[in-house]
Amino acid sequence: MLRIFIVLGLSWLAFSAHAAGKLQVFTCEPEWAALVNELAGDRTAIYQATTALQDPHHIEARPSLIAKMRKADLLVCSGAGLEAGWLPLVIRQSANRNILPGQPGHFEAAMQVSRLDVPERVDRSLGDVHAQGNPHVHLDPRRVLQIAAALRDRLMMIDAGNSQYYQQRYTAFETAWRDAIKQWEAIAKPLRGVNVVVHHRDSVYLFDWLGMNIVVSLEPKPGIAPAAGYLGEVKQHLKQQPADLVVYAAYQHSRAARWISREMNIPLVKLPYTVGATPTATSLKGLFDDTLSHLLAALGQSS
Amino acid sequence: MKQFVSHMLWVGLITGATSAYAQPVPKISSNQYNPAMSLIINGKYSQFSNDPDNYTIAGFALGEETGPGEEGFNLGESELTITANIDDLFYGSFTAALTAEDEVEVEEAYIETLGLGSGFTIKAGRFFSGIGYLNQHHAHSWDFVDQPLVYKAILGNQLGDDGVQVRWLAPTDFFLEFGVEAYRGDSFPAGNAANSGKGTSTVFFHTGADINVSHSWQAGMSFINAEAEARETGSPAESFTGDSRITAVDFVWKWAPQGNPKQTNFKLQLEYFLRQEEGTYQSNNYDADQQGYYVQTVYQYMPKWRVGLRYDALSADDPGVAFNGTALDTQGHDPERWSAMVDWSRTEFSRLRFQYSRDDASPDSDNQFYLQYFMSLGAHGAHRF
Repeated sequence: MLRIFIVLGLSWLAFSAHAAGKLQVFTCEPEWAALVNELAGDRTAIYQATTALQDPHHIEARPSLIAKMRKADLLVCSGAGLEAGWLPLVIRQSANRNILPGQPGHFEAAMQVSRLDVPERVDRSLGDVHAQGNPHVHLDPRRVLQIAAALRDRLMMIDAGNSQYYQQRYTAFETAWRDAIKQWEAIAKPLRGVNVVVHHRDSVYLFDWLGMNIVVSLEPKPGIAPAAGYLGEVKQHLKQQPADLVVYAAYQHSRAARWISREMNIPLVKLPYTVGATPTATSLKGLFDDTLSHLLAALGQSS
Repeated sequence: MKQFVSHMLWVGLITGATSAYAQPVPKISSNQYNPAMSLIINGKYSQFSNDPDNYTIAGFALGEETGPGEEGFNLGESELTITANIDDLFYGSFTAALTAEDEVEVEEAYIETLGLGSGFTIKAGRFFSGIGYLNQHHAHSWDFVDQPLVYKAILGNQLGDDGVQVRWLAPTDFFLEFGVEAYRGDSFPAGNAANSGKGTSTVFFHTGADINVSHSWQAGMSFINAEAEARETGSPAESFTGDSRITAVDFVWKWAPQGNPKQTNFKLQLEYFLRQEEGTYQSNNYDADQQGYYVQTVYQYMPKWRVGLRYDALSADDPGVAFNGTALDTQGHDPERWSAMVDWSRTEFSRLRFQYSRDDASPDSDNQFYLQYFMSLGAHGAHRF
């Protein structure tokens, strides 16, 4: 028995030594894994806690997440309450000082930028509202750039030895990203003023950036699944205030969105929401390319 | 250099842009640091075919409050939890619960280290032991109204006491945790704080991993060593003095398609306990093994709706004719129970449940019906796996 423990112990040491060269980054969502990859590339070992098809609000505090958190030097999550249902427990159980709230290794992307939908009143009868505002900030490329700058600073603080490298990566990312924003804004002109029906308010920042208007949400309250009675009300509402598109995210159930699209004869659009949800959204840039091409295609305009 | 200048320029622009979206400045007030409060209101209506005051499990001397509870309307197991980070090194938690007898008791009151480093966590105070799987779960996160029979019979519902715990999380890619605990030994299966108030000790380990994005599991093994000094059980009271050694294994497997448990999920859970006790029971020498297990499955077949099925079984050695007529008399009966439940949750903060159990804990079968609601008010922390 003792020998087994010695062998296991030595293999851990060997493993830790091997992994020691790289900064261990725990990312909560695919968009932040993609951003860390842009800024830090192969100097980091990135663990992505959720896939593009998972709802980041509702994740189990699984043993595997605790094991990964134990070794993290840096945690990159949306924050602002998005992961409140699982992340605090995982952090506490990991016994890891680096990533405690307030430490440099605890990076909440949404807290680096201004947020929309900050509620005046926080009450659970209003559904799953986030006191600190809407945490789904990554669908506004302007905010992504602000977050990238803050994340670069954080990487340079934690891993000073690679400062120059992170700065170079950031500069390259920034140049390419600013060009991309210009292109996206140019091709997205037809979307300005378009009225949309959304499933959950997780694309607020996207529509804010593109100048699109959310007419109504399929969830009666944030986080509460659409029910038949409420969908009837949505239908009445849409008769008064027509919409041009019905939008839902790849990780959501499409049933309610499909139904309202069919009933009201409004084109339906499935958006990737995050990196990895569709074959073309393989990077942050790909995510915006793909999102815009879906929206434009649905509007009947080819990009 | 040019790059640097352009970088500085962008920093300026970004900073400018950030201040344009100014965030409200937090107000400073004396209640700013109030801890998080969570109140669980747990009400139920129960109906049994047998008188719950005469509840027994054949062959087992039962600790306090291990019966099916009171009949009729009842607010038992409602709990108030207050938690906060004390500073950057300590976290504190306090839970007061209403018992089935309508008394308030301190269920847990502990401090725990935060990020001690090297995978170590130390906990001290009164808390539920890290042994087994279900033991650490509070009543509101159970999948059935009541505890498995094996928890009632072997642990006196749930092992919790005043003590200290040290856990170590191994730096492995999968989850591997070791823990040791020392307790005062005032709670069942110990009694009267033997060994100068260090009557119970435990050792446990848990391991777990994901098979893929949809499947994950956790397994564990635990050992408890408890010293009982004139431990009184039942009414009229029977007394035991001696050693109680428990070995337990637990296993949980969860399935959630694409890792989205809110839509559909399935959970298989089973635990086995073996208790070996040696000492003096009512002035007779006693040395016997008792064991039991439960297996349960809960299936959320659509959002909000879950159904569950549980089977409990226990068996106790026949301790001999000297024990005829005591609680340890098995009457040739192996206790078992079947339970089925269905529950509905409007959100993760409210749940309504119906449960039926056919309880053959004693030779006289009992039909138990429960209607239960759980409402979670205020801050509600994440649930354990």
